[in-house]
Amino acid sequence: MNRAVPELKNPRIDEYFTIAGGNFDDAGRVSSRIKSILKEIDFPREAIRRAALVTYEAEINIVSYARTGFIRLRVGEDRVVIDVIDEGDGIPDIELALQEGYSTATPKIREMGFGAGMGLSNIKNFSDVFHISSDINRGTYLQMTIYTDSEVSGGKV
Amino acid sequence: MNLNEIVKALNLKVLCGAGKLDTEVVGGYVGDLLSDVMAHSKEGDVWITRQIHQNIVAVASLKDHAAIVLVQGNEPTSETLEKAEQENIPILLSNRPSFETIGAIYDLLKTKGGDSGSKC
Repeated sequence: MNRAVPELKNPRIDEYFTIAGGNFDDAGRVSSRIKSILKEIDFPREAIRRAALVTYEAEINIVSYARTGFIRLRVGEDRVVIDVIDEGDGIPDIELALQEGYSTATPKIREMGFGAGMGLSNIKNFSDVFHISSDINRGTYLQMTIYTDSEVSGGKV
Repeated sequence: MNLNEIVKALNLKVLCGAGKLDTEVVGGYVGDLLSDVMAHSKEGDVWITRQIHQNIVAVASLKDHAAIVLVQGNEPTSETLEKAEQENIPILLSNRPSFETIGAIYDLLKTKGGDSGSKC
């Protein structure tokens, strides 16, 4: 899945968004903004769909687990790169967190239909290139790259 | 087939999006886990769910669902309705339980067009 990636140079769009932790009412705001930005420039539909999906999952993670988070959207001719940095507790065991079904969500979060342990695996599955790193008590960093000519089909999980 | 045909056949209450009942329905998806719905539902699906909080609107909007169908007479929260108005997402309410609602919509899609659910 990972391929050697030439650095994204001179993105045509480079925007930052901030998300407050704990505010479930706000979840979806950034992904929906990113979807409209990409629609406005006639980005390929499949890439928009996947970019919106991975951003939504990242937003839910920030709202559920972090104090605050930042999302950076960069768009090049052939790809979208989404960086997500949060300030929070961090993830002690990333391998485990990536396993579908594993979750540390509270009962309250689960009741809302979140916390099914699918968020990070969705992000991984719908990105062409995915990086994750985390520092305990500091926060987590994600980078998702989605190519316009991707062979990763949206339905593949 | 379009939303209006489903509304009429199942006698659904249109809580929001009355102006969008001519929207074409391609298929359907059932789920209360939002990540599952994000991953597997398709554009043009009616999404049948038990969740009533406002995050369902963001999911339906991001996935370009034809409508959200709530079941067993569970009214959405007022925030959900407000958000659905803003995003122009139809919300339909069935008084029947999930199983019956889903079965009826499935039959309609099967006989009248649509692909009766997401392709696997």
